[in-house]
Amino acid sequence: MEDMIFYDRLQFAFTITFHYIFPQLTMGLSLMIVYFKWKFLRTQIEKYNNAAKFFMKIFAINFTMGVVTGIPMEFQFGTNWAKFSELTGGIIGQTLAMEGMFSFFLESSFLALFIFGEKLMGQKLHFLTGFLVFLGSWASGWFILATNAWMQNPVGHEILENGKFVLENFSELFTNPWLLPAFLHNQMASVVTSAFVVASIGAFYILRDKHSEYGRLFLKTGVIFGLISSVLVAFPTGDWNAKNVAKYQPGTFAAMEGIFETEDAGAEIVLIGQPNMVDKKLDNKIAVPNILSFLTYQEWDKQIPGMDQFEEDELPDNIPALYYSYHIMVGLGTIFIGVMALALFFLWRKKLYTIKPLLWTIMFLVPFPYIANITGWYTAELGRQPYLVYGLLRTSDGISPTVSSGNTLFTLLGFVALYMLLGLLFLVLVGKTINQGPTPQKH
Amino acid sequence: MEIFWYIAIGIVLTVFFILDGYDFGAGIIHLFFAKEEKDKEVITKSAGLFWDSNEVWLVAAGGMLFMAFPTFYASVFSGFYLPLIIVLWLIIFRAIGLEFRGQFKYQMWKDIWDKSFGVSSLLLALFFGIALGNIVRGVNLGSVENGVSAHEGHYFFLPLWDSSFSPLTDHPGVIDWFTIIIGLIAVVTLAIHGANWIILKTNSTINNKLKGVIFKLNIALAILTIFSLIVWQYVNPNSLDNFIHKPYLLIFPIIYLTGLIGLFFIKKIKKDSHAFVLSSLLILGGITSSLASLFPVILPSINDKHEHLTIYNTSAAEYGLSVALTWGIIGFALIVVYFIIQKRLLSGKIDNMDYGH
Repeated sequence: MEDMIFYDRLQFAFTITFHYIFPQLTMGLSLMIVYFKWKFLRTQIEKYNNAAKFFMKIFAINFTMGVVTGIPMEFQFGTNWAKFSELTGGIIGQTLAMEGMFSFFLESSFLALFIFGEKLMGQKLHFLTGFLVFLGSWASGWFILATNAWMQNPVGHEILENGKFVLENFSELFTNPWLLPAFLHNQMASVVTSAFVVASIGAFYILRDKHSEYGRLFLKTGVIFGLISSVLVAFPTGDWNAKNVAKYQPGTFAAMEGIFETEDAGAEIVLIGQPNMVDKKLDNKIAVPNILSFLTYQEWDKQIPGMDQFEEDELPDNIPALYYSYHIMVGLGTIFIGVMALALFFLWRKKLYTIKPLLWTIMFLVPFPYIANITGWYTAELGRQPYLVYGLLRTSDGISPTVSSGNTLFTLLGFVALYMLLGLLFLVLVGKTINQGPTPQKH
Repeated sequence: MEIFWYIAIGIVLTVFFILDGYDFGAGIIHLFFAKEEKDKEVITKSAGLFWDSNEVWLVAAGGMLFMAFPTFYASVFSGFYLPLIIVLWLIIFRAIGLEFRGQFKYQMWKDIWDKSFGVSSLLLALFFGIALGNIVRGVNLGSVENGVSAHEGHYFFLPLWDSSFSPLTDHPGVIDWFTIIIGLIAVVTLAIHGANWIILKTNSTINNKLKGVIFKLNIALAILTIFSLIVWQYVNPNSLDNFIHKPYLLIFPIIYLTGLIGLFFIKKIKKDSHAFVLSSLLILGGITSSLASLFPVILPSINDKHEHLTIYNTSAAEYGLSVALTWGIIGFALIVVYFIIQKRLLSGKIDNMDYGH
């Protein structure tokens, strides 16, 4: 039984981590493509149109990868988490089916038109198709997060005697107080990823002295989008989310922040420290007193319950992983704001394109927004443990009762092998596209 | 309400098999008949341009099934665990074959992805047929050992096959000789459909040859159909009851027959789109006839300890279903609009279009 849960969780974690590499880029990138296309419509400068089309190529590769790795996500609810699907299908089936019908159709229908239809449609309609792709990809995020928000903070349902969750109020699914902050935080984080990708390609072109005109455009646009979005990720959206965790999942909040013991007065904020699960304390701690209370409740000496206030089986089952995920996300987010602010400063002083160390930094930072996004997602998911539906349905009660751990291990290994291949192909193709650059295509 | 959602999901699934069916079929034709680079290229393009907007119908069907019949979704998806995961892998291989073939000019690179696209299309068609075979045959729901059921009434797990390969044992596997026959019917049907699509959508040099291929495949399909109807009676003796009690359901087998007979005149059919409509009828008639023979059962139980899974004992609660009806109608209307816009703008022969990565 333990094996079964372990392999099921590992498989879901692995497949969703790999999947999430792609939509986090496409959601943000679609916004930037719409921006480039809009700029072209206003100025009629060909450069902007080529930029939009160039990033649409990168978008398309990512979209394909997102689709092929996303279909297994939907199926895995049934294959590996059958009990969970049966009990909650009446509710999360709603949001997932809506995702398929309202956003996925929109995105995939108009993506083909955006890529192949420029000459058929004229520029205004072409802009419109790009905008609809953007709308579809953001709507996708909205419905997925509505699903997740219900698992984090279940609302609008009733539980029958046989354990089934029955929908009682549809509109509560979308007015869930968890949803809007989580959605905005997530979308801003995906703009950070795409802004770093755009800026990084720009820096690469400038450093290699290749497609430099586009290099400067990409770098400038990436830095501006990057600074705005990385600030918005932290404040107000990140702050808003943290407050929600403190309010709805106080045990999770204590574990995230690494508070083992409740303090009499205000809680300190931990900057550095390693959770020591044996002695129930943080090793090598550096902390600033009272700040956490202030950030969470705007009161310096408000008490925040530590992990000692909760039953052990109510707390997340992997506290160090949760703690580190959260701190990595926050730490990286801070670095992003710093780097982008510095870059914008030099952009304003018209020196950015010549400062090589900064260009190298921007170029090589590109994996880190991905890491920040993924650890952010881990924070949400590990924080929800030991529940699938917070407070109501334990993870151990959600797995498929008839699928053995041997079968799950086999399929996990299959996914690992297949996704390694996919990852390699993806890098080769994106590398090739970047290397070719945004030079206009011959027709 | 259950009946409405049952029909809605049936429609979405049928649309999926008609739309994605042609690119599965194109893959099968590609595997066996495309010898020249030019043909290979236009065939992969004819599928590559559309596969992802076709695949969304599968995602939509999955989502609707999850929402409307969660118990069925849960038991079937965990019960057919291995074949389903293998289907997912094949879908991935097929998609990357289509998307990546044109990315490099090397012959070896193209050959690899051509095979990936062709073989996974063939296996997917076979697996989808086998899946249908399993549903009409029934499964050992919640296997019973020594008179005691091992799991709750709707949970089961099927191995890929058992050593006898027979549908008539107490514990049949996913693959047995009956489900393989249904699988072959699916392969032949989709190959015909795919060939019609290629004729419709391209100026490929093999188009003339394909009409002969369709004719031969149609003969094979007729033989397989008759044979399967006979053995069907052994495997599931109740399969004709619905048609006897509700003769209006016979409209579905008649749709199938119309497609089958019509395609014997393939060489005389003047308009390519007419042939495509006929093979669409084959798919429509085949799926709806199978579903009609079972209704309202959606997964028969072959042991007598557990009741069949029906649309009534697996559905979600009334309120959820009726809310979903409201947004479902809006969603469906939007989808039809997108679909028309897309097919209009991308109509015509592929070769004449500016297409490239």
